[in-house]
Amino acid sequence: MISVTSLTKRYGAHTAVNDVSFECAPGTVTGFLGPNGAGKSTTMRMITGLTPPTSGTSEVAGRPYRQLPNPGREVGVLLDASAQHPGRTGREVLSLSARTQGVGSQRVDELLDLVGLAGPAAKRRVRGYSLGMRQRLGIAHAFIGDPRVLILDEPANGLDPEGIFWMRGLLRDFADRGGTVLLSSHLLREVEAVADRLVVIGGGRIVANGTKAELLAAGGVRVRALDPATLRVALERAGLAVTEGAEGALIVQAEAEQVGQVAASISAVLIELRPVDTGGLEELFLTLTAAEAKETAR
Amino acid sequence: MTATMTETRTPAAASRTFPRPNLIRLTGVELRKMADTRAGFWLMVATALISVVVVAIQLFAADPPDQTFKNMFQSTLFPVGVLLPILGILSVTSEWTQRTALTTFALTPQRQRIASAKLLATVLLGVVSILPALGVAAIGNAVAGGMDPAAGDWSFSGTLLGYAVLFSVLNIIWGLAFGMLFMNSAVAIVLYFVVPMVWSILTQMIEGLKSVSEWLDFTVTSTPLFEDAALTGGEWARLAASIGLWVVVPGVLGLVRLLKREVS
Repeated sequence: MISVTSLTKRYGAHTAVNDVSFECAPGTVTGFLGPNGAGKSTTMRMITGLTPPTSGTSEVAGRPYRQLPNPGREVGVLLDASAQHPGRTGREVLSLSARTQGVGSQRVDELLDLVGLAGPAAKRRVRGYSLGMRQRLGIAHAFIGDPRVLILDEPANGLDPEGIFWMRGLLRDFADRGGTVLLSSHLLREVEAVADRLVVIGGGRIVANGTKAELLAAGGVRVRALDPATLRVALERAGLAVTEGAEGALIVQAEAEQVGQVAASISAVLIELRPVDTGGLEELFLTLTAAEAKETAR
Repeated sequence: MTATMTETRTPAAASRTFPRPNLIRLTGVELRKMADTRAGFWLMVATALISVVVVAIQLFAADPPDQTFKNMFQSTLFPVGVLLPILGILSVTSEWTQRTALTTFALTPQRQRIASAKLLATVLLGVVSILPALGVAAIGNAVAGGMDPAAGDWSFSGTLLGYAVLFSVLNIIWGLAFGMLFMNSAVAIVLYFVVPMVWSILTQMIEGLKSVSEWLDFTVTSTPLFEDAALTGGEWARLAASIGLWVVVPGVLGLVRLLKREVS
C-alpha cells in the first residue's frame, strides 16, 4: 500500500512536483508514466524519504517511510541501478543490504539465482557490469528484504527485450500474490503490458490517473482555444473532466458538441476541436513528450 | 525461479513487525564497507607496509641506542596518522561520489544512526590499527636487539600506548569530519592535507600568530602525546582547543549537512 497526498517539491522558483496525489493498492501494479524530467524520480525520492517534500505527505505500508523501523523488509526500492560502488562485487552489494536488514545470507544466493547473476557474475565488480546487469542486481536488491511493496524507478532501462519480459513476469507474479508495485517509465508501451493502473505525470502535475482500461479506452476530444485557461474553468464548471495537453490543448472527456456548447456560452474562440482518434492516453502522452522535446531543444 | 519466491514469501501476509537494525549491526556493516572496496583494502595494506618500511629504515639509519621499541612504535604512528584518515574521509564521501547514499539512506532513513555507526566504525578502526603497529615495532626491535646489544630497549608504558590510541583515533575522526563536511572524496582529501599544512606554515611564519599555533595547530598540540610523561592540564586544554577547531567544528557542520542534504 502506497498513498501519496498533495506532494509538492519546489526548487527555488521551479516547481518539480506540484500537488501530486495517488494511491497504489495491494495486488496491483501501478505504472508511473511521464516524460523525462516530469517529476517521477523526485516523487519517488519523496516517497522513500530521501528528498524532503516542500509540502504534502506520503505513506508506505501505513506509515511515513522514515518511520518504518526496518524499511528494507517492507519496501523494496530501486531508484537508480547505477548508484552502486563500482569497486564492490555484485554479491557484496547484496550481502551488505542483507546484513543491514538482518536477512540471512542464503537469501543473497536465492536472489542472485533469481535475477540470473549467480556464478562468476556475482563475483565480478559492479564496474564491469552492463546497465542490464546493474538493473538485475538492483531488482535483486529490492527483493532482498522480502518486502510487500516495490518502488522501482525505470527498472526496464538497459534490459534487453527478454529481460523486460522476465521482469514483467516477476512483477505480475509479485502483485498477484498481494504485493503492491509502483514502477515508473517514460515509455507507455513498456508499462502497458504489466500495469493495472496508470498515473501519468507531466510538468510535475498528475494529468491522468485511473485503471489502464479506463485510460486507454477513453477517447474524448482535443480542443484548443485562444484563451485555454478561461475555457478550462468553464468546462470544469460544466462538470466535464479536463486534462492538459501540449501547446495549450485540452483533452476533454465529452462529446465535441458539449465542448462546443460550453465554448459558445462564454464566447470563446476555438482554434481546434476534434475527437482524439487513438487512445486518449497515447495522445496525452505524446503531447507531453513533444512538449518536453521542445523544451530540451530550446 | 519464481517458484522459490512463492514458497519463501507471501507479500500479502498479515501485518508483520520488523525490529530496527541495532547500532552494532550498522557499525559492522559500515566497517565492512570500509574494507570491501579496492581503495579501502589497499589503504589498509599500504598503511601496514609503510609501517614495515619505516621500522626497517630505523634498523639501518638510527643509532643503536635509539633503536628502541618505543621509537619504532611511535614511528609507525606516522603512516597510521596520515593514511587511515583517508579511510575515514572515504567512508562518507564515497556514499555521495558513488551515490550509494541512495541505498544507505533508503535502508536506514534515520541518517543520524548512519552517522553514529560511521563514527563508531572509524573509532574502532583507529583503535585496532594500533595492533599491527605494535607487532611491526616488536619484530623490528627484536631484530635490532639481535644485531646490536646497544639496541632493542623494550621499555614502554601504558600511558604511551593510550596516547598512541588517542592520536590514531583523533586523526581518523578528523578525516570523517572533513568527509562529512565536504562530501566529495577529492576535495575532502586535498583539503584535509593542505589546509592544516598551510595553517601550520602561516602560524609558524607570522610572529603574531605564534601563540595561536600553540593552541590551534594540531601538529604542535599533539607533540606531548609522544613524550613519556602524562599531559599537564594546560597541554590537555591546548589539545582540546585544536581538536575543537579541526574535528568538532567541521564534524558538527558536516553532520548538519549529512542530515539535511537531499539524496539523488
